[in-house]
Amino acid sequence: MISFIAQSIRMSAAFLFGSTGEIITEKAGHLNLGIPGVMCMGAIGGAIGARLYVSSLADISQISAFPAFVIPLLFCLVLASLMGVLYSFLTVSLRANQNITGLAISTFGAGFATFVNNIIPKEGFKEIGYIYFKLFPSTEKLGAFGELFFSYGAMVYLAIIIAIGASLILKKTRVGLHLRAVGESPATADATGINITEYRYTATIVGSAIAGMGGLFYFFDMNGGSWPYSDAISALGWLSIAIVIFSIWKPDLSIFSSIIFGLLYRLQYFMASATLSQKTLIGMLPYVITILVLIVTSIVGSKKAQPPASLGLNYFREER
Amino acid sequence: MNKEIALELKNICKYFPGGVIANKNANLTLYKGEILSLLGENGSGKTTLMNMISGIYFPDEGQIFVGGKEVSIRGPKDAFDLKIGMVHQHFKLIDVFTAADNIILGEEMPKYSLKEAFKQIKDDCASAENKAKGVLLAALKTAALPFIKIGKFIAFNHLARQRAKKLQEIVGKYGFNIDLSKYIYEMSVSEKQTVEIIKVLYRGADILILDEPTAVLTPQEIKKLFAVLREMKKDGKSIVIITHKLNEVMEISDRVAVLRKGEHVGTVNTTETSEKALAEMMVGKKLDLNIERKDPADPKPRLILKDITVLNKEGGRAIDGVSFSVNGGEILGIAGISGNGQKELLEGIAGLQKVESGEIIFHNPKENKPVTFFHKDLKQIKKMAAEGFFHYPDGNKVDLTGKSNKEITRLVNEEQILFYEDEIIDLRHRTPREIQELGIKLSFVPEDRLNMGLVGNMSIIDNMALRSYRKGRSIFVNKKKPKALADTIIRDLEVVTPSDMTPVRRLSGGNVQKVLVGREISSSPKVLMAAYPVRGLDINSSYLIYDLLNKQKEKNVAVVFVGEDLDVMMALCDRILVLCHGRVMGIVPGRTVTKEDLGLMMTGSLDLSKKAAEDAVPSAEETAEATVKEAENDQE
Amino acid sequence: MTKNNSREPLFHITKRGATVWWKPLVIRAIAIVAGLFVGLFFAAAYTKVNPFKLLGYMFNGAFGTEKRIWNLLQDTALLLLVSIAIVPAFKMKFWNIGADGQTLVGCLASAVAIYYLYDKLPTWALLLVMMLFSLTAGMIWGVIPAIFKAKWNTNETLFTLMMNYVAIQLVSFVLLKWFPSGQNDFAKFFSRYGNMPKIGNPYILILIFAVVLTVTMHFYLSKTKHGFEVSLVGESINTSKYVGVNVKKVIIRTMLLSGAICGFVGFVLVSAKDHAITTTMVGGRGFTAIIVAWLAKFNPAYMALASLMVAFLSRGTSQILSQTGITNSALPNIVTALVFFFIIGCEFFITYSIKFRKKNKDSAPAPANEASGPAEEPPIRAEGETPSLAEAPAEERTPAEEALPTEITEGGEEK
Repeated sequence: MISFIAQSIRMSAAFLFGSTGEIITEKAGHLNLGIPGVMCMGAIGGAIGARLYVSSLADISQISAFPAFVIPLLFCLVLASLMGVLYSFLTVSLRANQNITGLAISTFGAGFATFVNNIIPKEGFKEIGYIYFKLFPSTEKLGAFGELFFSYGAMVYLAIIIAIGASLILKKTRVGLHLRAVGESPATADATGINITEYRYTATIVGSAIAGMGGLFYFFDMNGGSWPYSDAISALGWLSIAIVIFSIWKPDLSIFSSIIFGLLYRLQYFMASATLSQKTLIGMLPYVITILVLIVTSIVGSKKAQPPASLGLNYFREER
Repeated sequence: MNKEIALELKNICKYFPGGVIANKNANLTLYKGEILSLLGENGSGKTTLMNMISGIYFPDEGQIFVGGKEVSIRGPKDAFDLKIGMVHQHFKLIDVFTAADNIILGEEMPKYSLKEAFKQIKDDCASAENKAKGVLLAALKTAALPFIKIGKFIAFNHLARQRAKKLQEIVGKYGFNIDLSKYIYEMSVSEKQTVEIIKVLYRGADILILDEPTAVLTPQEIKKLFAVLREMKKDGKSIVIITHKLNEVMEISDRVAVLRKGEHVGTVNTTETSEKALAEMMVGKKLDLNIERKDPADPKPRLILKDITVLNKEGGRAIDGVSFSVNGGEILGIAGISGNGQKELLEGIAGLQKVESGEIIFHNPKENKPVTFFHKDLKQIKKMAAEGFFHYPDGNKVDLTGKSNKEITRLVNEEQILFYEDEIIDLRHRTPREIQELGIKLSFVPEDRLNMGLVGNMSIIDNMALRSYRKGRSIFVNKKKPKALADTIIRDLEVVTPSDMTPVRRLSGGNVQKVLVGREISSSPKVLMAAYPVRGLDINSSYLIYDLLNKQKEKNVAVVFVGEDLDVMMALCDRILVLCHGRVMGIVPGRTVTKEDLGLMMTGSLDLSKKAAEDAVPSAEETAEATVKEAENDQE
Repeated sequence: MTKNNSREPLFHITKRGATVWWKPLVIRAIAIVAGLFVGLFFAAAYTKVNPFKLLGYMFNGAFGTEKRIWNLLQDTALLLLVSIAIVPAFKMKFWNIGADGQTLVGCLASAVAIYYLYDKLPTWALLLVMMLFSLTAGMIWGVIPAIFKAKWNTNETLFTLMMNYVAIQLVSFVLLKWFPSGQNDFAKFFSRYGNMPKIGNPYILILIFAVVLTVTMHFYLSKTKHGFEVSLVGESINTSKYVGVNVKKVIIRTMLLSGAICGFVGFVLVSAKDHAITTTMVGGRGFTAIIVAWLAKFNPAYMALASLMVAFLSRGTSQILSQTGITNSALPNIVTALVFFFIIGCEFFITYSIKFRKKNKDSAPAPANEASGPAEEPPIRAEGETPSLAEAPAEERTPAEEALPTEITEGGEEK
């Protein structure tokens, strides 16, 4: 049971990266449906980084923890951010429809990831996966407590730190205030001298970088360095977008909702006694619950639990 | 007067797509410490011109000088840097933020330079008496620098105290009365305006531009605003106030600049001019303020509302127990500060909003007219026959007992069953579609034309089809009649459009309104409701609309006119109903009421509601009472 | 964007007025070609073959043999069918991302009919039952989100998306019930049953379906009262209510239609193409169809062209792979997505025009201004004085089209 919960919390990091990234993006008024593609790019970016690192070594046994962790992470951030740049360029500078752009990015990201995966040798990925898998060396001694709190890889802690940080920045700082203003009413923000283009670009790129780490995490930590198929990563991306609604656009709440989705997602592996067909039904749960949540939030809907008012709308100053 | 020039515009031109010239060679001079009125009709380019100073638009040609230096204002930020601030007509505030958050929005963080801080430490160290201690202190301070930098960057309400002080200073200085921790969505219009003004002042503006600031205020609030403006003027600020209300121009401004069709006509000192002269400058020809108004020919109640309540989105009472009646052949004006229930009232009648309680009774003039199958409902016809509503052409009472459905259908189709008197229908709980199917012919010109009423992306023809496409059994839409109607309207109302296939959104405001009003009148309505039909229209278009409404009145249509310009309402309407906070403050005769009374009623200071029912148009009211009773009987 | 030190911005952007009909087409064509070449260069870098040669391979792959042409047409038809299915929903601004799921349950329903009834009914009856099952399943899958959208304005984008995954899980569940070993033996046992009769060759029937449905949908949307209501609800809910349209009914009715056509596509896939059932048989057509429909501005005739283009890209790129002897199934996706990016981006140049400003360098502002004013911007003046439709765009064209190629390569560099 404890290990099931620990596994779920571990899993939740993928959702947390994805949803935190999407919340930051949405707060700036961008409904980025390209998150699944961004997460695929993040994962494959990690793979490229890992490959470059491994091929620079004479032998797999030379892999050392720090570069093995940082190099894939850097490549992940770069590739995921590039997707953010592309999305912002199309939607902000060229004012393209956000949903269509997002869908195209999802198609591209999944395609590109599969493409690279098909040609990249995965020598040493297992070892790198293990580096990602564990941060603290011997937590077994601490028992259930250790397993629940200290058994994860660095990325899990990073996800939580980023979520809390994002929450504080959004709530407490000037930058956060301006960002929220851009998402609520770009015309107002513009009139007060806030640079809409700058904020939207930055938020989308930073959001994409964060979401991309979700893909990287799933690839190396959850899957131990073996490629999980683009479709599986995409599914995480879509669920992350749903979690944003579940968390009413608050990164701190997103920590809890991500854990809930982690539990649901891992449930079929926990039910060891279930037959294969029963497991497919359990696998349906996260999606069904998401649907239920969508329905409930739409029925209840209160003033404070609303999406940013101009979510999905592009801004053109001279629009008449 | 100090004649230092604060702002100067030279030959400013601005064009919009589709050949619209917003400003052409506009010139303007603003002195320090003066209030300048920018006067012009709707669409004369006042707002566009000011938007170019505040950085919303960029001029196509011309130069802007601030403090004698030529500047290029590329965005609002540039305007702020030049100490120019604008309060827009549609407030640019964020609903889910507090007033204070809105005010500080967009303000840049003070720059914190590491270099300078380090230099400061070095100097301190050099000047320290005890060398060792100084070095140690300097080292400590240097180590702390990055943290200070990060701390400043994260800026957890870093300026909270100073901010509050500075804000409070402004609030105190000009005597604003406002709670800065309130959310905008909880605020009244005048509070929101106050927030806007504080915002501009907080950003250090020396040149303030106010776009029609009085449009949404009560007379009392206007007085307060003007007091604040005079206070600012004393403080050396230059103020431009955009308006088309002549009396306010005379009251508040030092000089008046007049724009006409995008061009600067001239600037005059207020003391050397008169309202009449200004009006002439503004419209370019002598103003014929008279709107022809005939006496209602045969006022009979057409629409009777009894104790209506409509809720707003938040669940409050937007319309609270309103009762009145509208007669055929009269124009009933509805006055009130916008947002006091006008929208909900009209939409409630039109079936677009749920009416919580009360009755809306419609008298369909049907005397001696044959029953039709509008109802598609034999039961209803039988019921009404049993209650004695019908007679045969020979005068005998209709008795349907024992007749088969087929026989009744035959009688109806052969137009053998006639009404004794007007048909009475309760409109409450009816959807717009049911109202249409009952043949009620209720026309409605809503406030926000392109959001409700017309579809911007559809052609004029398709917009004509909106009202009629459902007719007939065919599964296809018949576009022949709408096309004919569109062409008629374009011809008769002189709609300026490239063709009848042009999407409505490409037309100018006045032409959009002509299309909408034209369509609504074309169905020869029994009741015509028009909400702010001349908002945003130039004088000529406005008069065309008044003329159309008067023609409808002559056709014995009951016209409901929701307006904002009291002068127009007093010249056009037979009776004026005043709404305040969703309640009727009174119904007064349009010919004799004074503007002051209307103003007092609009602000809720004067309540004539009980008296009005008796002496406004007594005969009509009595008939109304009688018919209401009848209607009640019908219900039973 | 503007880093020059002149007092005025380098250029500024305005919305175009009405424009001549051929201009958008030219801009789109340039975008498609540009996107294709970026894709080809990408493929060239990977395969180390001259991109123009690759272009030849692509045409060869799409049109090289009769069979290839038929394959191309079949791909086009299937994609077009899904696009036709979603177009009424999108015209209503209902973001139906669930076409994949709706089609998949359609496949499933046909498979269920085959599984349980294959030996009990003659082929024609079985086909009829399959079709009915598929239509119903598609309708159910489509109408559930519609009901909630109509009643409570529930976000349909995510709802329909989640329904896709539920459908996938449902299909795996049913398959595991039928074949507990996990081995999908459906095709092995049942591919003989419930097959559409062949007219000439196996492709023609699907083509006929596509043509008939496209024409019908065109008339439905542009001529009928239902179609009018669909556009009305899409354009303005308020106006719809104002003229008495029952918005909820229209949403539900339209999604029933949309779902039914998706279900029908599922039936076609099972009975006329794959004769099997798998979780991946729809192959993401639901997503591609959205982009196809959107690119074609929801016009069924243009949608046929857009589908053809996508099918060409996909078939052509596959041919590149097989002719260069490299196996990497994801290349077609990448090339298609690249072309999509360019088309999405090019809409900007159709909607807006960019006006460049010449720098005003000298001081002595007043005379310079008078002299340069009319000389600098004659087009605008002409436009202002005579707002004729034919003239204005001709004047605007130059700056916008000059900008086009440069801007587009900028977009391409981001890869």
